[in-house]
Amino acid sequence: MQKNLNKYFPILVLPTLVAFLLAFVIPFFMGIYLSFCEFSTVTNAEWVGIENYISAFSNKDFINSLIFTVKFAVVAVITVNVFAFLLALLLTKGIKGTNIFRTVFFMPNLIGGIVLGYIWQSIINGVLANYGITMLMDEKYGFWGLVILMNWQLIGYIMIIYIAGLQNIPQDVLEAASIDGATKLQTLIKVKLPMVMSSITICLFLTITNSFKMFDQNLALTAGGPANKTTMMALDIYNTFYGKVGFEGVGQAKAVIFFLIVAFIGISQVAYSRRKEVEG
Amino acid sequence: MKKNKASNTLSFILLIGLVVLFIAPIFFVLMNSFKNKLYISDQPFALPVGELSAGLSNYIEGIEKTGFFTAFGWSAFITVFSVLAIVLCTSMTAWYIVRSNNKFSEVLYFIFVFSMIVPFQMIMFTMSKLADMLSLNNPVGMIVLYLGFGAGLSVFMFTGFVKGIPLEIEEAALIDGCNALQTFFIIVVPILKPTAITVAILNAMWIWNDYLLPYLVIGISTDYKTIPVVVQYLMGSYGAKDYGSLMALLILSIIPVVAFYLACQKHIIKGVVSGAVKG
Repeated sequence: MQKNLNKYFPILVLPTLVAFLLAFVIPFFMGIYLSFCEFSTVTNAEWVGIENYISAFSNKDFINSLIFTVKFAVVAVITVNVFAFLLALLLTKGIKGTNIFRTVFFMPNLIGGIVLGYIWQSIINGVLANYGITMLMDEKYGFWGLVILMNWQLIGYIMIIYIAGLQNIPQDVLEAASIDGATKLQTLIKVKLPMVMSSITICLFLTITNSFKMFDQNLALTAGGPANKTTMMALDIYNTFYGKVGFEGVGQAKAVIFFLIVAFIGISQVAYSRRKEVEG
Repeated sequence: MKKNKASNTLSFILLIGLVVLFIAPIFFVLMNSFKNKLYISDQPFALPVGELSAGLSNYIEGIEKTGFFTAFGWSAFITVFSVLAIVLCTSMTAWYIVRSNNKFSEVLYFIFVFSMIVPFQMIMFTMSKLADMLSLNNPVGMIVLYLGFGAGLSVFMFTGFVKGIPLEIEEAALIDGCNALQTFFIIVVPILKPTAITVAILNAMWIWNDYLLPYLVIGISTDYKTIPVVVQYLMGSYGAKDYGSLMALLILSIIPVVAFYLACQKHIIKGVVSGAVKG
């Protein structure tokens, strides 16, 4: 078998491998190297040590985007998960038309970030026009606009994962609880919540990484305005690369920092679910 | 029991209310897409009737300004062929990784999984420069890039599934004289079908909606713009913002997605759940 497999290596593995090297592996290592260089195209790099990282951390826009992203992530993660879980509870009660409801709530998730951003930009500006203002007059409009957009986009998706979790609870456990005289609230807190813990973990990590990596929606909704106050990390990195000449190295250093933050979240997810699996 | 029924009716009414709330944004855009653009900012919530109505003029103008149907064509071309390439190539690779069982495969698998946690911003500059140098800045090159950047998740999902396939069937095929390729296509592919559908849907959703990669690699000064790129191009360009065309274009962009969703809803929802649980 092994010999036979290796004979067909050029067909089985090579196409994926070449594409993967070009699209990921080489750009990734080049990116790490270039974060320590000054350059404008990738061929004229000059080693400058950790200078780019110092510039990145002393860059006010970058720190602001980090703070804004964290604030946004906290609010978005909580609201999306609470609403999605409540909807999942409603849709596992056996109400008529459950499938249609599920279909509608999930739909916004399939619409692309750019289109989503412009849909909400026009709605929010339409509402604010009644008061003679636009979204770009105060950062709070952009912030809550992003939160509403994120909720509209993700609630249906997260809800479906919660529904799957709730449906996996064995019926006899729920019956036992009701025979023992547990109220609905007690059943929810003492039985249902602990039994969907793994779904909650998945959903929390999904919403956190989605919040951190958000770019298209941010670009289309506010493009960071007013005055970069609603710029999230991904957009700030983009602006550093392409907004002004001579800051490509700083942009790459910011990208490495961003990668480390996102990777840390991702790795703790894997570690956490591994530990859960062992316990379970 | 009676109380239960009353609470179900209440929940039903609540859900209807929520459905209205969820559909309202799309209805808002649909309504304004038929409105004379002079009134969109002034009377955004008025129905497009009487002098407010613009008929189809927003659609005609939007399509002309952006070349929407060309963009639709390139979006479809890139999405369809990238998804085909991803499903075909990564399923073979995943099968090789599981069955060859050597150090090289182990390392390769580790790097694929690692790539899943790397955000696009980390590689966007170097990747688009590399794509320029290698003349991958065209729709065919995009397929190569999507195969490479999408390989992580896809190999990961296929590998998880192949591990569960008993080796005996494949060994029997080998003894019967099949070579590795024949074994893969005759024995393994049919078993892989459900995972292949999941992988195809997850990648199709991502690639169809992707903005940054085609924008950076292909750019806006070519004829190969995709739908997200033309939408952003219409609004991000200088001069007066044309909200009439924008509304029409947003509706045109949503239609194919909704049609695709309604056509294979079950697969999409199932695919998204299993993708989330594994990813």
